[in-house]
Amino acid sequence: MALSRVTFQVKKGEFVFLTGPSGSGKSTILRFLYMADKPTSGKVWVNGVSSDTARGREISKLRRRIGIVFQDFRLLEDRTAEANVRFALEVTGAPKASIGAKVSRVLGQVGLASKATSFPRELSGGEQQRVAIARALINDPFVLIADEPTGNLDERATRGVFQLLRDVNAAGTAVVMATHDLDLVRASAYRTIELNHGHLVFDSADTSKPGTLGTGREPGEGLEAESDGSGKA
Amino acid sequence: MTASRRAPLLSVLSVITIAFSLFAFGLFGLAAINIRSALEQVEERVEVRGFISHATDIESVAAAMKDIGEFPEVARVDYVSEERALERARKEMGEFADVFESGVLPASVEVHLRSGQRSPDNVRSVADRMRTYPFIDDVRYGEEWVEKLHRLRNIATVAGIALGLAFAAVAVIIIGATIRMAVLARAEEISIMRLVGATDMFIRLPFLLDGLVKGAIGGILAVLFTWVAHRTVNEYFLRTVFFDRELIFLGIIGGATIGVMGSLVSVGRHLRRI
Repeated sequence: MALSRVTFQVKKGEFVFLTGPSGSGKSTILRFLYMADKPTSGKVWVNGVSSDTARGREISKLRRRIGIVFQDFRLLEDRTAEANVRFALEVTGAPKASIGAKVSRVLGQVGLASKATSFPRELSGGEQQRVAIARALINDPFVLIADEPTGNLDERATRGVFQLLRDVNAAGTAVVMATHDLDLVRASAYRTIELNHGHLVFDSADTSKPGTLGTGREPGEGLEAESDGSGKA
Repeated sequence: MTASRRAPLLSVLSVITIAFSLFAFGLFGLAAINIRSALEQVEERVEVRGFISHATDIESVAAAMKDIGEFPEVARVDYVSEERALERARKEMGEFADVFESGVLPASVEVHLRSGQRSPDNVRSVADRMRTYPFIDDVRYGEEWVEKLHRLRNIATVAGIALGLAFAAVAVIIIGATIRMAVLARAEEISIMRLVGATDMFIRLPFLLDGLVKGAIGGILAVLFTWVAHRTVNEYFLRTVFFDRELIFLGIIGGATIGVMGSLVSVGRHLRRI
């Protein structure tokens, strides 16, 4: 999906909704944020890392500080909840001794302490998404990127997962959540950025708090995207 | 060894092709080193013989022998008198002993070359220089079979390298296919590894190790095959020598290298698509 002249900045600890119809470019922006794609023109800064200079190793290091969750959970079916969470630490070379304690802490945090040994197929959709969130949180990220995290969930599970994301945000982690569930958006007072056909058509921060719309060039603590290019969604 | 678990047939196939690749190297290499050791023994006896005109005075011959003895290639020069030549001929061809009479066989100088200086080119060059003495009628040396043995060794070497390389190429392709299947089978796992920030090297390492282990096993098998071939030839045909420890080690390293190369090429190409 091509994006054109999209400029915004997310501050440390902020909660931002990214809304818009399917194909409007939400996922593309999220992929820019975790640098799975890079804009053909324009720049993305994330925590001081710039998209036009970041290389493989730097991107890997950056992703250890970013939590990412998807609509389809992306859990490994042949591993228990605990092993799925543990996986994120094991493959990034975390010291073995510290892994066990971290995993149980974060499983407790998402309310799944009792389901640690369950396999994904034994869990409900909401529980699976909590496992994915636990995996995303295991490295204490400064931002959680969520691409339609409630898209596959019923209303009850949606409320639970959304509340969990709010708790995560309340604890200091920024959250960027793409969704087209307008009920969620309306029910909370978080900043909302709306996209349509690759254009930024609305940013609630733009009218209520003009100062947060970033056009600055200096790398900051938060996230900043300015794109005039295209990416694959 | 996740790759092996996912594609057992391909894995066995890749180990076997690596083994055959190195087996081809090994067989021809064995032929080459045995021809070489045969050449060394034969070359011990390589001598250039210059026949001396009848009635040449002994001083001229002695002076020539001194000159020839100073050629850098030459180890030793012997004089064979007419009488000694006759004696030798009688001994070597006993049934014709009475055919030979004194004066029939010419006297000669026998030139022995230093080891390492016995290539056909050197032999020919010494012979040519000996021909320049007026009283040396004719120069003979085992030109034909020296050259033949050398050619045989070169053919064995070239054939071994060509066949071995062909097998090695096939092995790299098969290893590549094995790794491709393993990478695709683990696509989901790999994409999650990427998302949570595993480095490329970390993701690649298991595949490279897989190739390394398969290659080394192939190398060990090849040494085994070659050894069996060597024993069989020893048993039924002729005594041969086997590789020394360094060459055996080199063979196993060669297998590991082929394995790693196959993995490296394939894993780089397929990881990009995930």
